[in-house]
Amino acid sequence: MSGQPARLSAPSGAFIDRSRPLTFTFDGRDYEAFAGDTVASALAANRIKLISRSFKYHRPRGIFSLASCEANTLVEVNGAPNIFAERHLLSDGDRVRGQNYSGSLAHDCNAWIGAFGRFLPVGFYYHAFFRPRGAWRLWEPILRRIAGLGQVDVNAAHGYYDKAYLFADVAVIGGGPAGLSAALAASQEGARVLIVDDQPVLGGSLNYTRCDAAGMRAQAERNALAAKVAGTARITVMTGASCEGVFADRWLAIVRGRRLYKLRADRAVLATGALEQPAVFRNNDLPGIMLGSAAQRLIKAYGVRPGKSAVVLTANDFGYGVTLDLADAGVNVAAVIDVRGYIKASALRSAVAARTIRIEAGTMVSEALGRAHLHAVRIGRVQPNAGYAAPFAAIDCDLLCVSTGFAPNLALAAQGGARLVYDQRTAMYRPQDLPQGVTVAGAANQRFELGAVIADGERAGRAIAAGEPGESALSATHPLPICMHPRGKEFVDFDEDLTVRDIKDTIASGFDDIQLLKRYSTAGMGPSQGKHSAVNTVRIAALARGENESLIGTTTFRPPYCGESFGVLAGRSFDPVRRTPMHHRHVEAGAQMMVAGAWLRPAYYGDPAEAEQAVANEVAAVRGRAGLIDVSTLGKIEIRGPDAAEFVDRIYFTPHRKQPVNRTRYAVMTDATGAITDDGIVCRLSERHFFVTATTSGVDAAVRAMYLWNAHWQLDVDIAHVTAAYAAVNLAGPQSRAILALLCSDVDLASAAFPYMGVRTGHMAGVPARLLRVGFVGELGFEIHIPAGCGEFVWDRILEAGRASGLKPFGVEAQRLLRLEKGHIIVGQDTDGLTHPLEVGMRWNAAAKPFFIGSAALAAHQQRGIERILVGFELDAVSARPKECHLVIERNEIAGRVTSCAYSAALGRAIGLAYVRPHQSEPGQTFSIRVDGGKLVRARVVTLPFYDPGNARQNA
Amino acid sequence: MKILHCPLNGPRNISEFVCLGEAKTVPELEAGAAQWADFVFMERNPAGRVREWWLHVATSYVFLVDRDTRTDEILATYRIGDPRLAQATSRDGAP
Repeated sequence: MSGQPARLSAPSGAFIDRSRPLTFTFDGRDYEAFAGDTVASALAANRIKLISRSFKYHRPRGIFSLASCEANTLVEVNGAPNIFAERHLLSDGDRVRGQNYSGSLAHDCNAWIGAFGRFLPVGFYYHAFFRPRGAWRLWEPILRRIAGLGQVDVNAAHGYYDKAYLFADVAVIGGGPAGLSAALAASQEGARVLIVDDQPVLGGSLNYTRCDAAGMRAQAERNALAAKVAGTARITVMTGASCEGVFADRWLAIVRGRRLYKLRADRAVLATGALEQPAVFRNNDLPGIMLGSAAQRLIKAYGVRPGKSAVVLTANDFGYGVTLDLADAGVNVAAVIDVRGYIKASALRSAVAARTIRIEAGTMVSEALGRAHLHAVRIGRVQPNAGYAAPFAAIDCDLLCVSTGFAPNLALAAQGGARLVYDQRTAMYRPQDLPQGVTVAGAANQRFELGAVIADGERAGRAIAAGEPGESALSATHPLPICMHPRGKEFVDFDEDLTVRDIKDTIASGFDDIQLLKRYSTAGMGPSQGKHSAVNTVRIAALARGENESLIGTTTFRPPYCGESFGVLAGRSFDPVRRTPMHHRHVEAGAQMMVAGAWLRPAYYGDPAEAEQAVANEVAAVRGRAGLIDVSTLGKIEIRGPDAAEFVDRIYFTPHRKQPVNRTRYAVMTDATGAITDDGIVCRLSERHFFVTATTSGVDAAVRAMYLWNAHWQLDVDIAHVTAAYAAVNLAGPQSRAILALLCSDVDLASAAFPYMGVRTGHMAGVPARLLRVGFVGELGFEIHIPAGCGEFVWDRILEAGRASGLKPFGVEAQRLLRLEKGHIIVGQDTDGLTHPLEVGMRWNAAAKPFFIGSAALAAHQQRGIERILVGFELDAVSARPKECHLVIERNEIAGRVTSCAYSAALGRAIGLAYVRPHQSEPGQTFSIRVDGGKLVRARVVTLPFYDPGNARQNA
Repeated sequence: MKILHCPLNGPRNISEFVCLGEAKTVPELEAGAAQWADFVFMERNPAGRVREWWLHVATSYVFLVDRDTRTDEILATYRIGDPRLAQATSRDGAP
C-alpha cells in the first residue's frame, strides 16, 4: 500500500467520497482509492502513469484526455477486457490489469517493435504478408497474438442485460452549462425534459474548467444551475448514462450500466460540449503528456495532483486557466508555451503573468523527451506550415498540459444526419442541415465563453434557431497545432499508432480522399473513432494537398458514440415462438418438437434414438388404422362479401367463381410473374363466404398479397387473417370416419352425403367445428377446424374416441412421407421462386379461366414452352438414395434436381420428386441423379400418385 | 427508428409497417401481356418523390405514402379514397 501519494486535500475532488476508502489491485499489486474514483483517477492518485501499451509499437501510454474513450486507457477489469479506465467507477476489490503487453506492463517484451517503426509503414500488412500466396496463413497467428486489443475470456460468466423505453418532450444530451440551461428553458415552456449525462455528476466542464482568475465562477454557476434543475419537477436527470446513437425521428440509444434505453423525444438538444484536441509533435504520446482539461479533471473532480513540475502548451485562454489550476494545486509550472505570436490580453493571462510564470509566445514544443515517462520538452520558434521548430531550449518537467484547441463534439449530430462543415475562421466544425427537431448548443455549437454557452443553451431549449458563433469561438482553437520532426514519431492517432508520416505516405500512395485515407491508414478507426485524431488528420491532409480543410470533408460518423458491450446490444434474448393450443399434449406424449416458421410442431412422437422406427409406426397407423396430426399452424383466412367469389377467383390460379357451396377446392396462388407462392384449400361456406387455408410459413405473405390486390381492385370483400383464431387437426386413416362419428352427431358423415372435397359445419364433442374432407396424406381424412380455445379439449376427445381403433398421433415427418407417397407437393420444397403451375403438372384452361393475377405471365410461359417439369420417380432397391437438391444429370450437364426423396414402406422402395427436362418426363423413362460421392444412379419416371393411384382410399 | 403517420393508427414506429412497393396503375384484367409485363417488371424508381403502398401489419391496414427516396423523408400519407390523392396524383397516374 502506498497511501495515494498524489492525492490532494479537500476541497478538491468533488467526485470522490473520502469517507469511503477502498482497495483495488493493478497488475497484481494492491492500491488504495476512494469511492467515486475511476480506474484512471485512482491510478493517478497512486502515481501510476503507465496504464497500457499501444496497439502497434507497444509504446508506453498513460492518461491523455479522460474524455475521449481512447485506447490509451483501455484496461481489463475483473476479467472483462477493453474497459475505458476513465469511465469505470472503482468498486472495492476490483482487479485491474493493463493490456497489450507480454511480460509486464513496465517491461513489455514486444516493445522492440517500436524501434522498427520505420520498417512498418502504413499499409505494411497489405504489402508484406500476402506474398507468396498462402503466406498470410503462416503470419496471421503470430500477428494476431501481438496485435489487437485485450483478451476475451471465453469462460466469462453471463451477465444480466436488458432494455427499456423512455419518452420525453425534450431530450437534452449533456449536463454541462448549455445542457442545464437548455433543460431549464424548455421546462419553463411546459416541456417534460430528460437530461442525459455520461458523468457521475452534473455540470460538465464547470466541474473542472477555470473561467476567471479567482477560480470561483465555474463552481458557483454549476451549483446554481444544478440546484434549479433539481428543483424543477418536469426535469428528469440520468447521470452515468451515455447516449450512444441518434437515429431517425429523435430515437436515441442510451446506455446506463447494463441497460439499453430507447428514448423517443419530440425534440433533442445536443449539448455535447467540445473535445479538447492534442497537439502533434515528436513523442507527443509519452505518459505525462495530457490535455489541459484532463489535468483539471484530475485536480478538481478527483483531487489528484497530476505532476510535480509542469509545462503548459497552449494557444488559447483555457491554457492559462490550466496554469492557474496547476499552480493552485501545488504543481510547479516551469513555463507556458503559447503557440500564438500575438497573445490577446485576458484576465487569466494577467493572473499567470502576475505569478511570474515564464510565458514563451510564438513557440511550439518540438519534441518531448523520456522513455517510459516524460522528463523534459524541447521548444522552438513556430515555423510556417507545421514545419520543424529547431529547439532553442529544453525544460525539465514530468507533466505537459496541452490546451491548443477544441473539436466541437458533433458525433451525435452527424449520426442524426447533420453535415459537418469546417469553418476556416474558427478552425472548427459546425453542423449543417440538422435533422428536424434536433438542435446543437453550447461548446458543441462553438460557444466558448460561459455567458455565451448558457445563452446558447437557453436558445436551444426554447427551440430557436442558432445564430453565428460569437467572438469566443475565434480564439479557442489553433488552426495548425502541429510540429513535424525530421525523426518522426509525431503521433496523430494514438489508438492506431499513426504518425504524420503515415498520413502523408497514405496521401502519396494516392489515397487522398478522406474516406480512402481513413481506411488505408486506419486513422480514426480505433476505439476513440477519431475523437482525438480526425481533425488533425484532416489538417495534415489539407496541408499535403494544399487545400482548405473545408474541402477535405469528413468521414462518416456511425453509432455507437463510445462503444458498448455486446451484452447491451443483445439484451435478454427475445426469440418468440408460437405454440399451438395442443402444444402441451404433444410434449406430454413425448413429441420431439421442431421449428416450422415461427411455430413449434411435433416432428414425431418418441425417443430420438429410435426416430426412424417412430416415424414408420406413425405412417403405419395412418395407413392401417387412423392417425391424428395437429395442423393448427395452417394459415387461415376468411373472405366475406358480395364480391368474395370474384376476389378468390382472381387471386388463385385455380377456378373458384362457380365453386359450389359446401365444396372445397385445392387452390394454388401465384404472383404476377406466374410463380407459385402458396397453396391451400378454398372452402365455400356460403355464396358470400369463403374460408381459405394457406401454408404455415406462407400465410403472412398471402394475406398481404390479398390486401394489396384488393387495394387496387376495391372489390366489396372483407379479408380477415384468422390463423390464430382456429385450432385444426387432420384425422386420417381408414378408421377416421368411425372415430369421428363418436364425436360428431350433427353432420351426416356417410360418403355419399359428405363426399371427398366436401365441407360441413357442425359440432365436435359439442364444440362448433368446420369439417373438411381432405386427402393430403392419401387416406380417408377429415380436417377439423375448431376455435383455438377448444383445441386441446377436442384433441383429447378425439384421442379418447380413437383409443379402441388404435388411433395414433403423428408428426410432421410422417406427414411428409405420407404426402410424398400421394405425390402432393410442398410449396417451397418442391417449388422454387420461379416454379409456375404448368411445371408441376397443373393444367390451365385459359378459355374457362381467363384471369388470375399471374395469367398474363403464365400465358407467356405457355407460349414459350416449358423447360422443366416435376415428375415422380422411383429407384431400384439397391440404389444409393438421393437427397434433396441432388442434381439430375444428362450428358454431363445439369438437367434438373431432386426436391423430395424418401423410402416408402408402403411401396417397398425409394420414391421422390424431381425436376427433369420435358423429354425425360414420360412414365417409364429413366434419368440419372448424381448422389453423394459423385456416383450416378438411375431413376425411373412413374405416374403420380405413387400410392393408391385410383384414389379409392381417400374417396372411401 | 422512423415514425410513420398511419391514417388509421396515427404515429407509429416504422417497424410496425411493411412497404408493399411503388404504387402503380394496375392493368385492366383483359390487358395484354405487354401491359402486364410493364406493370410487373418496371418501376419508376425516381430519385425524389415516390408514392408507395404500405401496410400496418397489426391492423391489416393498407394505405398510400409519399416518400422522398433521397432523404427517406415521409412527405404525406393517404387513406385509400383520400380526396387529396386526386389532386396530388403521381406522374404516371397511380391512385
